[in-house]
Amino acid sequence: MTEPDYLNSAYTLRSWFFTTDHKRIAILYFATLIGFFFIGGAAATAIRIELATPQADLVSSDTYNRLFTMHGVIMVWFFLIPSIPNTLGNFIVPLMIGARDLAFPRLNLMSWYLFIAGGSVTLFAILAGGIDTGWTFYTPFSTLYSNSYVIVAVTGIFIAGFSSILTGLNFIATVHRLRAPGLTWYRLPLFIWSLYATSVILVLATPVLAITLVLLATERFLGVGIFDPRIGGDPLLFQHLFWFYSHPAVYIMILPGMGVVNELISCFSRKPVFGYKFVAWASLAIAAVGFLVWGHHMFVSGQSLLASLVFSFMSFIVAVPSAIKVFNWTATLHKGSLRFDAPMLYALAFLGLFTIGGLTGLFLACLAFDVHATDTYFVVAHFHYIMVGGMVTAYFGGLHYWWPKITGRLYSEYWARTAAVLIFFGFNLTFFPQFVLGAEGMPRRYHVYPPEFQVWNVLSSGGATILAAAYLLPMFYLGYSLFFGRRAPANPWDAPGLEWQTPSPPPEFNFESQPVVTRAPYQYGPDFAAEPQNA
Amino acid sequence: MPKGRAFAPQYASVQHRDETAEIGMWVFLATEVLLFGGLLFAYFVYRHANPAAFAEAGRHTRIVIGTANTAILLTSSFFVACAVNALQADARRTCIAMLVSAMLLGLLFLGLKAAEYAGEYHEHLVPGVDFSYVAPLADGVELFFIFYFVATSIHAVHMVIGIAVLATLAVLLRRSASTRMRAALHSAALYWHFVDVVWIVLFALIYLPGRSGT
Amino acid sequence: MWRQWIPFWRPGVSPYGGDVDLLFAGLLLASALVLGLLFFLLIVFCVRYRAGNPTDRGHRVKKSWHWEVGWTSASLVIFLLLFVWGSSVYLEIYQKPQGELSVFVVAKQWMWKVQHPGGQSEINSLHMPVNRPVRLVMASQDVIHSFFIPALRLKHDVVPGRYQSLEVEAVTAGHYHLFCAEYCGTDHSGMIGEIVAMEPADYAKWLNDQGPANSLAREGGALFRELGCSGCHAANSSVHAPLLEGLYGKPVPLSDGSTVTADDKYIRDSILLPRSQVAAGYQPVMPSFEGKVSEDQLLRLVTYIKSLADRAP
Ligand code: HEA
Ligand code: HEA
Ligand code: HEC
Ligand code: CUA
Ligand SMILES: [Cu+2]
Repeated sequence: MTEPDYLNSAYTLRSWFFTTDHKRIAILYFATLIGFFFIGGAAATAIRIELATPQADLVSSDTYNRLFTMHGVIMVWFFLIPSIPNTLGNFIVPLMIGARDLAFPRLNLMSWYLFIAGGSVTLFAILAGGIDTGWTFYTPFSTLYSNSYVIVAVTGIFIAGFSSILTGLNFIATVHRLRAPGLTWYRLPLFIWSLYATSVILVLATPVLAITLVLLATERFLGVGIFDPRIGGDPLLFQHLFWFYSHPAVYIMILPGMGVVNELISCFSRKPVFGYKFVAWASLAIAAVGFLVWGHHMFVSGQSLLASLVFSFMSFIVAVPSAIKVFNWTATLHKGSLRFDAPMLYALAFLGLFTIGGLTGLFLACLAFDVHATDTYFVVAHFHYIMVGGMVTAYFGGLHYWWPKITGRLYSEYWARTAAVLIFFGFNLTFFPQFVLGAEGMPRRYHVYPPEFQVWNVLSSGGATILAAAYLLPMFYLGYSLFFGRRAPANPWDAPGLEWQTPSPPPEFNFESQPVVTRAPYQYGPDFAAEPQNA
Repeated sequence: MPKGRAFAPQYASVQHRDETAEIGMWVFLATEVLLFGGLLFAYFVYRHANPAAFAEAGRHTRIVIGTANTAILLTSSFFVACAVNALQADARRTCIAMLVSAMLLGLLFLGLKAAEYAGEYHEHLVPGVDFSYVAPLADGVELFFIFYFVATSIHAVHMVIGIAVLATLAVLLRRSASTRMRAALHSAALYWHFVDVVWIVLFALIYLPGRSGT
Repeated sequence: MWRQWIPFWRPGVSPYGGDVDLLFAGLLLASALVLGLLFFLLIVFCVRYRAGNPTDRGHRVKKSWHWEVGWTSASLVIFLLLFVWGSSVYLEIYQKPQGELSVFVVAKQWMWKVQHPGGQSEINSLHMPVNRPVRLVMASQDVIHSFFIPALRLKHDVVPGRYQSLEVEAVTAGHYHLFCAEYCGTDHSGMIGEIVAMEPADYAKWLNDQGPANSLAREGGALFRELGCSGCHAANSSVHAPLLEGLYGKPVPLSDGSTVTADDKYIRDSILLPRSQVAAGYQPVMPSFEGKVSEDQLLRLVTYIKSLADRAP
């Protein structure tokens, strides 16, 4: 051993909480996010238990409203948006591009502290009085009628927003300036491309959310009617501003997952990703066009017919790059040499579930159908298919794939596959019935519902139980591997990426000598072994 | 960290570090553009809905203070640019002097702004705190003043941060001038100019409607 | 009929319900084809190219652009078709309402109040005749609600501060759900009701059974005097204010040079925000009645002014 690895270079608390090492910050983020995922998941569990019967039996309606608000707020801002970028991204990006750290390590640490601060403030709001506005904070309900801790919650999200901005800024500067010699743009792994696109959205959309929340808090605090019709303000203006951020934000919540899937599919079919350039540019196209479709959340709000037509049209256009990606991934499998290790199972599950989620997004983009389906469980099912079936699945896939690199340990393949299969089944059982519910007209955010919807709700709640158990499994076998797992070699998957060219876990400054890149990414196959990537 | 290097290990050279910092600053400014962009979007939506009220409200702003403040900020930007040049030429004392002048102008700006706020308070033009305006277009006028206060106070927060940054730089420069300072000053100057540009946009939107033409 | 083929789907009962259902079926079919193709390929590839399976892996496709162009344009074409289809049905649904029967709906936390033109009012239910378009004029007293009738495949948000109109029609008699679909606070899920579509004869009978009610217009007329409107808007008034007879539906020139049509929204705004649109030739002296009249009273006033439409000014 020439250098100690990043985990055992120092053991003090200080060496963790004041570290500027991107790898340690990734671990800090990871620990935090697990916490938030469980809080959000606990709320989801309570929601599903309550909905098992048509009447109100577990919680009061105010509590129910607080539950789904808390679930949405935590899952979106404190789990899914930072999930892949801040853990896997933080850890892997510098390794993948042959850098010794991110461009601004101290900003990176600061972003974690901001995240913790924002998270604590929001959690305080939830504990102190709850928030019952839905994660969308629609005015005038949120400004005039809600009797909950709106300003505090909004402040927490505002602070966390700056954490997102710093992360995006850091990634952009890093990808532009810190690539290893020879690592041209078209030699970058697609994970980097997708995180780059994500960062662009983080940097350009988050400030709009920030200013919207400032206006919201001002209106509520001073009692002036910025969005209040009584003095000529327009409640729909809030929706426009909110969705101008939040639609691009949904792509923050899928692009990193798509990035991970590129790595997984090519590694386990031992082939380069088919149509590399198309996939790379598709990420940027999604990021760009994603800014032009926000009005599809407002088809029945009374916006002008013309606006609805334009936004519907753009929503179809933004789906094209996603279609390109799905087809290219499928083509990547063709004539590959497929292995079905756990990460690959997650990747395949992603393919199916993301496509279903995306296709139902098209249903919603279709104006006449959206009039019927908006604000029903159809929408709930749509976004869970993408966000949970797509992004969370990809997150688990990436976590398993890079686990040996991150921890230096191997997990139990048997249990990992079992968990993957269970998650897949539990997931579909939870959310597929919600499509049926939505199509039949069950509105979302309903605490009690007409009895005829019960069958499907019971199925969904049953599925959620399986899903919860399946999500708990990795806690055990991954946790076990930390202490008892076999030591991982530097390159357990026999992959060509730069991150695999350094020991597992990597030394404090990632590489013992500066790697130089001489070839395109994903050079799997027989000629790969002969010619080492790392000259 | 490998010892004896003036820059962090992820960089290959001092120049590499400074270029990276510059990219970071530009990305940050892009964020800021969108921050004010959201606000301006709201402004334009309401101005479109209440053109007459916005013109009328615009006439209640203090164009003299606004214009003076614009001139002050432009001058301060000039000083900041001079400071960057001075440091380039290793004239540290001049540089510090320029920075201090810019800061003082910044403080003057804030002082005038405060006076302006006080005046508006006396005229009962502060929505949510003390607003009473009796004229047909009161609602639109109130909307205008909400945006006026939100936008100018966010701008003022930026000014405070800018002044703090310049002050820190001036103090550090007094001690020594490492190569690091040059990049830092460069970024700070970008930021200062940006805040200046934002003001010019706000100036046009706040003080000019209702005053153009007849 | 084909609609029964969609599993778990009850056919829509509005005149265009069939169009929406057909669109849904089309979307399902397109997705099923795409998903079918995708899953078929996934399974075939997974089985055939599993590691260790000796099969031909040579001659891999290297140059990919014609595949890319192929599937990109295929998706694009399908997307455009779906867009055009969805939009044309949408325009049909949200067409400018022209039904001559107009009913007021006031949404408030957490109930729907329905006012028929004859003065009959009901809460959380709406009785309507079949095969006759009904124009709903909807207003909200507090937050945003959404008027949702799944069986009619129809929904519209009710945003405070403006009137929203929507045309509904049922072709089959029956009882249908009415839901509030926009989250509006504590009892959002309790803001539900019933649409009762009846044969015209039953409907007429129902209207009669509601007991003698003052018509909305009559009540509005009383309010018009009570609130002092008549003090200015009467022919013999000393204040120079426009006469409201014959106003409804006519174009009104405004003092800023533009012209608007005097519809429900305009009259409502004239009462609440009299200064936002001042009629040409008048001084803006009318006081705002914001906060002084409720949505219920407002719609009575509006109905009253509408009822003056065909009187000569
Ligand atoms: C990660 C999150 C994510 C992602 C990626 C998407 C992606 C998409 N979403 Fe979704 N959406 C949400 C999260 C997301 N959405 C959320 C959270 C809401 C609700 C918010 C709330 O109200 O609380 C929502 C709501 C929502 C609505 C509003 C519904 C309503 O409230 O009325 C609409 C309407 O257009 C929509 C559309 C789309 C479309 C067209 C895409 C497209 O980008 C999808 C593109 C992908 C594909 C299309 C699949 C792959 C393509 C093929 C395999 C091609 C072949 C197909 C054919 C040829 C047919 N979404
Ligand atoms: C962004 C990510 C995300 C994720 C990962 C999830 C995950 C889940 N969601 Fe969530 N959901 C949203 C985002 C997300 N959701 C959003 C944005 C909304 C809209 C909110 C709004 O309307 O404002 C929503 C709304 C929403 C609703 C609709 C509520 C309503 O409209 O009334 C439902 C109902 O079934 C639901 C269910 C679930 C379930 C079962 C999971 C499961 O996948 C969760 C599985 C995970 C676990 C279960 C954790 C495992 C841990 C445990 C089991 C420990 C349990 C501990 C105790 C009970 C002490 N979600
Ligand atoms: C103090 C006198 C006054 C009172 C009281 C008053 N109005 Fe008016 N109203 C006017 C004047 C003057 C105008 C024309 C200027 C304008 O459009 O604001 C007007 C305009 C209107 C218009 C628009 C007519 C048009 O031709 O454009 C409507 C509708 C109206 N009033 C309804 C009402 C109702 C309903 C009330 C009572 C609830 C009421 N007014 C009370 C003075 C008054
Ligand atoms: Cu009214 Cu929900
Ligand atoms: Cu969207």
